[in-house]
Amino acid sequence: FRLSSLIGHISTCPSLIGQCCQRHPGSVDEFQEELVIRPLHSGDIYASFQFRTLWDTDFLQEGQKVSHYRLFPKSLGQVLSKFSVRELHISFTQGFWRTMQWGQPFIPSPPGAELWVWFHDTVSDVDGNWKELTNVLSGIFCASLNFIDLTNTVQPSASFKPLGLGNATDHRFLRYATLPREIVCTENLTPWKKLLPCGSKAGLAVLLKSEKLFHSSFHSQAVHIRPVCQDEQCTSKAWELRQTLNVVFDLYTAGQGKKEWSLFKMFSRTLTEACPLATSSKVYVDITDNPELFELSPATPLLSQAVVLGDRRTYSVFDLTRAETFGQLRSLNLLLRWKGDGGEMLRPLLHAERYVAGFGLQTGEIHTVIYNNHPYRAFPVLLMDSVPWYLQLYIHTLTVTSKSRDNKPSYIHYQPAKDRHRPHLLEMLIQLPPHSMTEVTVQFERALLKWTEYTPDPNHGFYVGSSVVSALVPSMVAMNTNFTQDQPLFSSFVPVKEESSYFVRVYTEPLLVNLPTPDFSMPYNVICLTCTVVAVGYGSFYNLLTRTFQVDEPSLPLAKRLANLIRRIRGVPLLT
Amino acid sequence: IFWFNYRHVANTLSVYRSVKRLGIPDSHIVLMLADDMACNYRNPKPATVFSHKNMELNVYGDDVEVDYRGYEVTVENFLRVLTGRLPPSTPRSKRLLSDDRSNILIYLTGHGGNGFLKFQDSEEISNMELADAFEQMWQKRRYNELLFIIDTCQGASMYERFYSPNLMALASSQVGEDSLSVSHTFFTCLFQFKVCPQSQCVSTPGHRTDLFQRDPGSVLITDFFGSVRKVEITKDTINLTSPVEPPIKRSGSGDIQIESLTYVDQLPVAEIIHQKPKQKDWHPPDGFILGLWTLILLVFFQTYGIKHLKHIF
Repeated sequence: FRLSSLIGHISTCPSLIGQCCQRHPGSVDEFQEELVIRPLHSGDIYASFQFRTLWDTDFLQEGQKVSHYRLFPKSLGQVLSKFSVRELHISFTQGFWRTMQWGQPFIPSPPGAELWVWFHDTVSDVDGNWKELTNVLSGIFCASLNFIDLTNTVQPSASFKPLGLGNATDHRFLRYATLPREIVCTENLTPWKKLLPCGSKAGLAVLLKSEKLFHSSFHSQAVHIRPVCQDEQCTSKAWELRQTLNVVFDLYTAGQGKKEWSLFKMFSRTLTEACPLATSSKVYVDITDNPELFELSPATPLLSQAVVLGDRRTYSVFDLTRAETFGQLRSLNLLLRWKGDGGEMLRPLLHAERYVAGFGLQTGEIHTVIYNNHPYRAFPVLLMDSVPWYLQLYIHTLTVTSKSRDNKPSYIHYQPAKDRHRPHLLEMLIQLPPHSMTEVTVQFERALLKWTEYTPDPNHGFYVGSSVVSALVPSMVAMNTNFTQDQPLFSSFVPVKEESSYFVRVYTEPLLVNLPTPDFSMPYNVICLTCTVVAVGYGSFYNLLTRTFQVDEPSLPLAKRLANLIRRIRGVPLLT
Repeated sequence: IFWFNYRHVANTLSVYRSVKRLGIPDSHIVLMLADDMACNYRNPKPATVFSHKNMELNVYGDDVEVDYRGYEVTVENFLRVLTGRLPPSTPRSKRLLSDDRSNILIYLTGHGGNGFLKFQDSEEISNMELADAFEQMWQKRRYNELLFIIDTCQGASMYERFYSPNLMALASSQVGEDSLSVSHTFFTCLFQFKVCPQSQCVSTPGHRTDLFQRDPGSVLITDFFGSVRKVEITKDTINLTSPVEPPIKRSGSGDIQIESLTYVDQLPVAEIIHQKPKQKDWHPPDGFILGLWTLILLVFFQTYGIKHLKHIF
């Protein structure tokens, strides 16, 4: 542990391609894996796994059938070719990302399931392909993605531009849908792990144990497939599959209140080897706040700096392809110990919230609040709202106010809902003044559904998917625009076009609204009541009318008989 | 979603686990769980489901694949899986791909009554529907032998109406009896198939074997619970063909100028502001508009008559 090496030694991703000799000259698949650990100021810890498989085939262009899969999973390759998919992004999230406490995530995702797909322009029936694609994906990931249909699919006109190569962006070929209610559990993690070349047997994926991963504040797993540059000149394309898993472990539930984290405490496993099929396998620990906030052991001289999310951060790099990383025990267990109470975290520049206002079961109001925390720069944001048809929006009540003054959006795209066919889609480009809060309000009315359309538990409420705020936020440090250079995976996800800003997407909370719910026990109660009334009321009335009465010899009741007995003894006249 | 249905999920998962341990792969299992217990916020140990209160065995495990979950578990989906009448886009993992040589094990658990089983607290499947579904399966040759196990209150009433051949049914309680969670776990935590004494299982198990063609005593449990994969062992050496030809190097040659590809701008503000409104596809006029115009034309011709047309045009 040499102080000089800490200060002076800054290296970018060392090229170890020659060392990993699993690649034959003919095969061109490449696999990289990476884990980034970022300690948060509140004592929680954020771990982000990224697994990237590069597949050098452009089957759509050459027209040849592909039957040889090496590292790229066959199930996804067949999906891509069958449905002419240009880009596919699917994520499953449990929990909500708290931007104000945790900062910005590397890969944002909304609660529940989110799927957005760009199809090729050769597709004639996009809706048909979309329907079949959601069914196939629901089988692959064991999720209820088959509930995605035209009632919750939208075609955003300006958000969700492709993250991969290409120039044509006709939004008729884009489909976006969310299922805010979707649960993530082990049955989603199992097939996700099976897509990795090494499975969960070697490399960083051995840390992915469901009992620990789901005992967290935030868990998100995603699959991103897009075409990327094959080489430096960028003359041809290759497919890139990125599997990302973001998890935030809570200090009090998983950490037992002690501000001390280790790989074993987080994942109940330690690392023993890299995946043999990987060309690079690294663990990055964010030590930008190192000396004051916490200490890291084992210390490593290998450092790396990266500009990510508009900030220059320093990372300790642990290279798993090198044997000396594992030390004498042949296992790597990182230990982070907090030293004091952390200082103030840098406030994230963009932050959004959403809530429902109003009372009763007839009307309501959706408020979306967007905060711009930059002291002097204003920047535009694109807000996309997709509201289900049963919340009927009154767009004439739409107001956008910043600093208590009207703020007219420079672009509005609104597609009204069609009952039971299409949801509302509202996209607005709003200029946020510096250091301000912008509020977007719109009133709605709740619709009454048909009784068969209610879920088995309608009193829980109905979910409205998160709003998406996309923005180019001014960056504090110059971003790296050279995309083809060797960069760590977490900083090379979103393509950077200019140095002064970085692209960020913020998701708001999903809403839970109660719709006027009928009383489903009513038919049963009515039947019981009616039958009782008919049986008792009409029955006895009918009896009274049709029964003939005959006088009967009355037999004295028991009490009178006893009284008569006493009277006979006394000699008094008897009762009748 | 009701937390007291935890035991049903635990029972189903124990059966699932035993069946997997005895050799049946996930591709041959259709698992339907109506409630999510493992990752529910009320579960103090997430991603785990225990079948016994001493929490020794996590039946959820690390390798579970649930095919139908949550709202997908409906009577309609269940019957469609049995009869095979699913929409064409249904993935393979959600289908029952059986033929006339397959032995099928069906295990149902939940709340039930005399002649029905509850699904999701809002609908029921009746014993007649189930019997008809099995008859459809027999007619379409979808099973060789079928073992039906039901673990609900008054479960024996569910198999009273069966009429297709080669069916064997087991229930955890007779008509008129309630099956409690204790008897469930003892009944399913089987798998030695010991006879459950009356003192431990409050209800009496029932069975029906009259439709079964073979002698029930000679049937192995593993006929339904386990499977053996056919493996061929060979000692010969097999020559693999030569490796895949490396693709032709696509580096730019001198003559052809291939332009380099670029990434798309994520938020092209100028482009968005000047975006032309989307050209809506022209649809032929709606029925209402057509009707309205027909009415107008009819009234017009009625009042003015056709011979006056030439004065107008």
